[in-house]
Amino acid sequence: MKANVWTGKNSVEVLDVPDPRILDSRDVIVDVTSAAICGSDLHLLHGFVPTMQKGDVMGHEFMGRVVEVGSDVQTLKTGDRVVVPFPISCGSCWSCQQGLYAVCENTNPNSWMAEKFFGHSTAGVYGYSHLTGGYAGGQAEYVRAPFADANALKIPEGLTDEQVLFLGDILPTGYMGAEMCDIQPGEVVAVWGAGPVGQFAMLSAYLLGAERVIGIDRYEYRLALAREHVGAETINYEQQDVLETLRELTGGRGPDKVIDAVGMEAHSPRPDYAYDRVKQMMKIETDRPFALREAIMAVRSGGVVSVIGVYGGLVDKFPMGSVMNRGLTIRSGQCHVQRYMQPLLDRIQAGEIDPTFIISHRLPLAEAPHGYELFRNKLDNCEKVVLSA
Amino acid sequence: MSNDQTIARSLGYLSLGLGLSQLLAPRQFAQTIGVRDRSDTTTLVRLIGARELLAAAGLLTSRNPAPWVWLRVGGDLMDLALLGRAASANDNEQDRVSGALAGTVGITAVDVLSGLGVSGQNGNGNGNGHGHGASNGNGRSVAGSGIGERIQETVFGGKPVRKSITIGRSPGEVYAYWRQLENLPRFMRHLEEVDELDERRSHWVATAPMGMRVEWDAEITNDIEDTEISWRSVADSAVRHEGTVRFVPAPGGRGTEVHVELTYQPPAGPVGVAIAKLTGEEPEQQISEDLRRLKQVLETGGVAVSEATRGERRLRQRPAQPLEPGESVTRGASPVGAR
Ligand SMILES: NC(=O)c1ccc[n+]([C@@H]2O[C@H](COP(=O)([O-])OP(=O)(O)OC[C@H]3O[C@@H](n4cnc5c(N)ncnc54)[C@H](O)[C@@H]3O)[C@@H](O)[C@H]2O)c1
Ligand SMILES: [Zn+2]
Ligand SMILES: [Zn+2]
Repeated sequence: MKANVWTGKNSVEVLDVPDPRILDSRDVIVDVTSAAICGSDLHLLHGFVPTMQKGDVMGHEFMGRVVEVGSDVQTLKTGDRVVVPFPISCGSCWSCQQGLYAVCENTNPNSWMAEKFFGHSTAGVYGYSHLTGGYAGGQAEYVRAPFADANALKIPEGLTDEQVLFLGDILPTGYMGAEMCDIQPGEVVAVWGAGPVGQFAMLSAYLLGAERVIGIDRYEYRLALAREHVGAETINYEQQDVLETLRELTGGRGPDKVIDAVGMEAHSPRPDYAYDRVKQMMKIETDRPFALREAIMAVRSGGVVSVIGVYGGLVDKFPMGSVMNRGLTIRSGQCHVQRYMQPLLDRIQAGEIDPTFIISHRLPLAEAPHGYELFRNKLDNCEKVVLSA
Repeated sequence: MSNDQTIARSLGYLSLGLGLSQLLAPRQFAQTIGVRDRSDTTTLVRLIGARELLAAAGLLTSRNPAPWVWLRVGGDLMDLALLGRAASANDNEQDRVSGALAGTVGITAVDVLSGLGVSGQNGNGNGNGHGHGASNGNGRSVAGSGIGERIQETVFGGKPVRKSITIGRSPGEVYAYWRQLENLPRFMRHLEEVDELDERRSHWVATAPMGMRVEWDAEITNDIEDTEISWRSVADSAVRHEGTVRFVPAPGGRGTEVHVELTYQPPAGPVGVAIAKLTGEEPEQQISEDLRRLKQVLETGGVAVSEATRGERRLRQRPAQPLEPGESVTRGASPVGAR
């Protein structure tokens, strides 16, 4: 089959690889119909997530039809249409029982690597380095989905791929980002990053009762999307001083809750950009936390900092003094997607959410590398690329 | 050379290389990292470079690297001051060279982390070389903290290794599974086979580093239902080996804490130890992975397997890509298929 393969830093190629087959009686094989390119894929592309290996099949946001079923699979059958969440859950460990699916204790065969990096292991993830298990990803014609009963969400006919594809990753991620803010009536929420994840975080903040939502980015077309489709106010950080503007917009209080939907490859127009790049080069810092630093400084005292942008390792100059002295709460996480899939599917079916507004490019799987190029360089007003296999 | 010194040294070499390039070619350096050539960034880079060189000299030549590590910290403060300088926007090219950096970034971070002792929590001993963890009087054992007393020698050197895991099953269930020694190879990667000869005696077959194969007889020396099992190899075995596993109810209804303590002498003695290390077979790591597989088996019914892993603990693995026809994965010691 054809699959989009990581062939080295800054390089992906669509190559012929063997067809997947059942390796465990709890697996299903999915004939992928749609797969998306995620902001996290860019961190992998750029080599910022360690333990990628040449030949790894990319892709963790995908859906399709079940074409083969392992002998112990109970709830799925050939022909079922499914969205598969990016973190692989076993469904039975303590973390899974608590709804902490992204830190499932049993699905990462390379838990020893994750323990070294993070202290404790995280769940297995498709196409997301060997640190999260070395599972082949879904930017491919077919994919093996392990622990299928505990993960795959059956999709009713009548909904298009584009309506439900993002249930496997970024829609729940944006939602969880807003949910972690514990939004109260009358509150103002600021979101750094107007990428797909940021857009869904802004949308969810409104759904969860925010009075005002402010999106921050430097790409005018992305900010326009946030204004026009989500109804957010926006700040272009290249034209306005973010901290000043936020203070101005909130009567000096600062936003009640802030969401980092940027992550470790943040950009900054100030000299700290050079500073952190030097640090990264020196390998004593892995992540560039500009957005996070700014979000912390911006939030009102006693506020919540919700971190859904991905970080990989160590950050420097972390304003812990601000966090501690002003009584801030930091909440974060890879999304516990399984928690949100069904309720969000219900909302999509009820017409309350239409996630398709973020799709800017539709390409065949064969053009995946071009899709990465567009998305990575924000060319041609690229917001989100969907590949059809 | 101690761990800390090794780390200080590596930091020193890093500083040296970076410092030189920053000082001598600040423009190229700035370009490489995606910052436009401008006099203030050039100055910034030069200053950082000068500091790096100083730190490098200290880290590499001093017997006591600590002050030089602090120099780096001081340097950080200097950087912070520099950050106060304003500059206009639109001057950096975010995307041009993102990839030029990265790569092994995280790996180095991990090394630094282990230097800080973050990953050194698995202390494998309480200093007295053997024996059980201290008991707090309730029959609950407290494992040796291991902090500040990391013992260099591993299980192959004859010191006991202690590992624990919590499994969401009752002590009775975990005990019963373990007590049926035939089950051990299902999660202990290096065991090929265990045959129970009678109530107490069993025959063990294991793979050793470099494809060697070892066999020995063991006997159960202590067996308290639902609580504890101890065993050891019988006299004159090729492998001297003893172990204890305790099953302790976990607080909050979270199942069972499994505490394992193992000691063994490899057939080839110190040579065996060296080979084991060379081939990356860290016994401590193996045992914790064995326990991880036991948890997978008992909680989910089988061992998790990805395309990349073949039961091997290797940084370099098979790519995460479907298997060739006929190619098979193994998990633990047994081939995939039967659960
Ligand atoms: N937590 C999770 O489970 C999860 C799931 C999916 C994605 N993510 C992460 O979310 C992040 C965003 O993903 P995406 O798909 O939207 O990616 P994206 O690259 O499209 O969006 C990132 C946006 O952040 C903006 N940005 C950069 N620096 C900024 C700064 N200093 N201030 C404000 N905005 C800044 C960029 O201009 C860009 O528009 C990534 O880190 C991704 O890995 C996390
Ligand atoms: Zn993602
Ligand atoms: Zn689990």
